[in-house]
Amino acid sequence: MATQDIPRDVGGGRASLLYDPKVRGIFVQALVVVALGVLVYWIVGNTAENLKRANVASGFGFLNGRAGFDLSDTPIQFDSDSTYRRALLAGFLNTVIVALAGIVTATIIGFLLGVGRLANNWLIRKICTVYVEVFRNIPPLLVIFFWYFGVLSVLPLPKESIELPFGSFLNSRGIYLPRPVWDEGASLILVALAIGIAMSVFVARRAKQRQMATGQPFPVLWVSIALIVGLPLLALAATGFPLTFDLPKKSTFNLTGGFQIKPEFLALYLALSFYTASFIAEIVRAGIKGVSRGQSEAAAALGLRSGQTLRLVVVPQALRIVIPPLTSQYLNLTKNSSLAIAIGYPDLVAVGGTVLNQTGQAIEIVTIWMVVYLGLSLITSAFMNWFNAKMALVER
Amino acid sequence: MKYIVSGILGAAALSLMASAASAGTLEDVKAKGFLQCGVSTGLAGFSAPNDKGDWTGLDADFCRAVAAAVFGDGTKVKFTPLSAKERFTALQSGEIDLLSRNTTYTINRDTALGLNFAGITYYDGQGFMINAKKLPGVNSALQLSGAAVCVQTGTTTELNLADYFKANKMEYNPVVFEKLEEVNAAYDAGRCDVYTTDQSGLYGIRLTLSSPDDHVVLPEIISKEPLGPAVRQGDDKWNDIVRWTYYALLTAEELGITQANVDELKASGNPEIKRVLGTEADTKIGTDLGLNNDWVVSIVKAVGNYGELFERNVGQGSPLKIARGLNGQWTKGGLQYAPPIR
Repeated sequence: MATQDIPRDVGGGRASLLYDPKVRGIFVQALVVVALGVLVYWIVGNTAENLKRANVASGFGFLNGRAGFDLSDTPIQFDSDSTYRRALLAGFLNTVIVALAGIVTATIIGFLLGVGRLANNWLIRKICTVYVEVFRNIPPLLVIFFWYFGVLSVLPLPKESIELPFGSFLNSRGIYLPRPVWDEGASLILVALAIGIAMSVFVARRAKQRQMATGQPFPVLWVSIALIVGLPLLALAATGFPLTFDLPKKSTFNLTGGFQIKPEFLALYLALSFYTASFIAEIVRAGIKGVSRGQSEAAAALGLRSGQTLRLVVVPQALRIVIPPLTSQYLNLTKNSSLAIAIGYPDLVAVGGTVLNQTGQAIEIVTIWMVVYLGLSLITSAFMNWFNAKMALVER
Repeated sequence: MKYIVSGILGAAALSLMASAASAGTLEDVKAKGFLQCGVSTGLAGFSAPNDKGDWTGLDADFCRAVAAAVFGDGTKVKFTPLSAKERFTALQSGEIDLLSRNTTYTINRDTALGLNFAGITYYDGQGFMINAKKLPGVNSALQLSGAAVCVQTGTTTELNLADYFKANKMEYNPVVFEKLEEVNAAYDAGRCDVYTTDQSGLYGIRLTLSSPDDHVVLPEIISKEPLGPAVRQGDDKWNDIVRWTYYALLTAEELGITQANVDELKASGNPEIKRVLGTEADTKIGTDLGLNNDWVVSIVKAVGNYGELFERNVGQGSPLKIARGLNGQWTKGGLQYAPPIR
């Protein structure tokens, strides 16, 4: 090959295209893309062909069919006359509900535990350590079984329900709470709540401005609580208490009325929260440890109290370390919620499985599952990335 | 890179050819040397492992009957325990050759799911079971309004339950699990008031509860549940073999051919028995099916006739003690009727 002697960086573009790394790169990548396309086309075509040969109906048309089954726990109106689409929607909402509730609770427990592991008190420190070591080393499915079979199913039967304060009951069918029933004029209370929140935000801003300008602090927390709780209470009194409670009552089989939280939900929610909290605790501990000791010493030197040091100096810096791995834990919790199927909580996987069986549309349902979980995870990541960017060190 | 890509393409092409080249199920089964049979994860009387780990029950024995017809040896079966949810996918994908798992014969399954049912080995109906000790005074399913009902997901049972409560304007609270054992555990723990499934299943499940005598099966039967073996659609030859295995079991009972006397009866002069047992001169009944001419002899030797199968697994010879009822021979007022083997 004659071109071999020509140095590459000489005579722009005169070297043979065969040896241009850019051209080679594009060529190889194009080849891979084409090969991948052919492969996907092949697999899809082959699957469609085989399904056709096996006389299995395909396509998403089945979603409009009548479901014919009932679900045990639905956030939306659903009965056996609803469509498969609505069944899947109910399952999806159940997944979202348990994931959100789990994320909030796991974060709170996790932060408390993480801080507890660094506490000066020996007992608190050791209890938190034991908790973390126990829960993060047990598979999540077993934690779910522990709550479902070990804790909730040994509660008494409905006839011997444990009475809790405020007309609530606890038994093996779950927790029964009084359900508030709003009469006329109740909308005023919501308006009052909205005004209370808006005013708190305003007060907080003004207080910050004032502190920046004059150095005078203002008790924002107490004023906000007074506004958010006080205003709706005032509205409640003004409208003559348009609120009654639907109390759970005993009937032949179960308690009826009230608001029931099913044991399946409770078991899954508690298990996911407690399990994920052990990981979050470790992340938080690492985050706090990651803030150099000089920072708290400097804060102390400036005269900040230890609470203020934690709140104003350590935690904001720790959060920068904590947020990225926290995102993974949130994603894990969401995905682990699919273990619901083991205890009969109607999440997306459980409901999808039922639909799959009643219709036989395996490929379609599996596609829906994957797309939904992928979507949920991407949304969670996007939110956490935004939050991370907001929390990142602003360099000036 | 190119080598890798061509390697992948080659592998894909190979897998395509492999699936396209698959012949009939009978040839596949013969080549494998055993029958892969889908059964339940454990339903007493139908398919459940015994204390030695061997699968027993009506459905499991039906698998053995088909294996006996194909190989002349009822032990050449491998069982795949499947949940209600997994069963059809397992059959469609070719993981199993035969689904013999208390599966209800419905038009939807026969058409849209790409299955073929080879007959009805057990006529069943859906019933309810309650704990009579905890719910005294309940003696009809119509008194169940407001109850929590345990049910297995992905079954016709689940659909009948919704229909029944709706038709009778009753409320209920479904508690749904994927696996039979999970439903059993939840019902036993008192998570629900009522257990619903096929009535034969209820009798079997009752035996496994912590205090069987406290539980009663309510008299109502709310649906028809014809249970039978299923095969993939589009393989008529295999479907014929499974279907006629079932008919052979019935015919053997009708003619009084039992596990004990089958060898003796091979010498029988009765032309009907000779025809069925393949001892007639120049018979082609077995070979036309793609089997040996002594296929019925093999079946009966392996598992007995339908009556023996029934009594041993769910009838008087079993803890379930279910009466023949609808599953009796047509000559005795039942629905079991085999077309003639001739």
